[in-house]
Amino acid sequence: MTPRRQRMVGTGLVMAGVALAAVLALRAFQENLMFFYSPTDVIAGSAAEGTRFRLGGLVIDGSLRRETGSMEVRFDVTDTENTMTVVYAGVLPDLFREGQGVIANGYLQADGSFRADEVLAKHDEEYMPPEVARMLEERGHPVGSGTAAIEK
Amino acid sequence: MWTWFHKLGSPPHLYRLAGKLAPWLLWIAIVLIAVGTYGGLVLAPPDYQQGDGFRIIYVHAPSAWMSMSIYTVMATASAIGLIWRMKLAFAVAAASAPVGASFTFLALVTGAIWGQPMWGTWWVWDARLTSELILLFVYFGYMGLRAAFSEVQKADRASAVLAIVGVVNLPIIHYSVVWWNTLHQVSTVTKLDNPSISMDMLWPLLVMIVGFNLFYIAILATRVRSEVLGRERNARWVGEALDDLLPENRVTA
Amino acid sequence: MTEFLEMGGYAKYVWSAFGLTLVVLVANIVVAQQQFRSVRTRLAQRWANQQQSPDL
Repeated sequence: MTPRRQRMVGTGLVMAGVALAAVLALRAFQENLMFFYSPTDVIAGSAAEGTRFRLGGLVIDGSLRRETGSMEVRFDVTDTENTMTVVYAGVLPDLFREGQGVIANGYLQADGSFRADEVLAKHDEEYMPPEVARMLEERGHPVGSGTAAIEK
Repeated sequence: MWTWFHKLGSPPHLYRLAGKLAPWLLWIAIVLIAVGTYGGLVLAPPDYQQGDGFRIIYVHAPSAWMSMSIYTVMATASAIGLIWRMKLAFAVAAASAPVGASFTFLALVTGAIWGQPMWGTWWVWDARLTSELILLFVYFGYMGLRAAFSEVQKADRASAVLAIVGVVNLPIIHYSVVWWNTLHQVSTVTKLDNPSISMDMLWPLLVMIVGFNLFYIAILATRVRSEVLGRERNARWVGEALDDLLPENRVTA
Repeated sequence: MTEFLEMGGYAKYVWSAFGLTLVVLVANIVVAQQQFRSVRTRLAQRWANQQQSPDL
């Protein structure tokens, strides 16, 4: 083996070793790398009652309710299979819409609802002018549903 | 072709070629970035969801793109330097690091500025944002490691190993949005056959990306010239290249 | 014009992002060219010294 070949193989081995280590490490931390859980994950018991975690899903159309006389809002979040109610008091981000994806940070309450102290809006990767969106809408293609952002 | 390649491998040729190309590349880059900025800020329509806020994409996405492509260049040059013992490859790697770090910084900060109004937060520790932050630290580590050696050859080899090891982070950044649940959305432009963005919004973005790439090559050219001069400081051609700065008595001596 | 500057209410975000980008790009140019100039003057001095005392 020429020295150059040796160096080439050596470099290759280092890269393979690092890649393998990375794959193993990422597999081990798979759970922690998930930024949020879906309602189905929660119902399956991935998140314990009382502990803090993030809940992600789509806000169901027409589910947003404001409590009169307080800052508190309630809305239902779904992953199309299961649904959970989120209770939140605070400022909602600009992209918060019914039908859009959100990620709420908080904990499960005894009544099964999710008490959030932070709500983030998750948007999808689609960008288009308003006219195009309206046109698609008229032709029966729902846009901005955010499903692409949630369903992986 | 081969003679051309060999000439590129000779320091005085590379020094002269880079000197000739740098101003041209820089001007073309500036024009493209100006056109892309105009297209992005004025000509492109507002987004149906984010309104004018989405225009941050025109600086954020090209910066993020460059943060990764410059790293690819840096790591490839490092590997070539290690395997073929090519000094100029090390010079390219060393000259790339500060530019790459600055684009990574830009991607992170413009991303935060975009995230605040749209997501509702400047920063979250999701897989995409965290892996991009790690990229910035790898760039810093690379530059710090180089600075720790007084001998250029030792700095070259040690930092090259770091650059190659750090490559593992690139697929993690790219696929983080697919492999894990993240706040960051999946990629818009890499699906070139079917990008999720309308044409009148896409073209300024592509112009910006080309402009940023040329900008990097222009800065790289100037930085490689400095690197080559420093590395070859005792070579006769360096004396000739510095002729205009040397005192008159040199000619008579 | 003011409508353009207001950026649909996102003025501070859009302009700060573009402004920062401009600063970073300009800084890249300035730093690279200053470094090149300083390397050249430093090496030229070195060459000049060597010319004056070739035995060293």
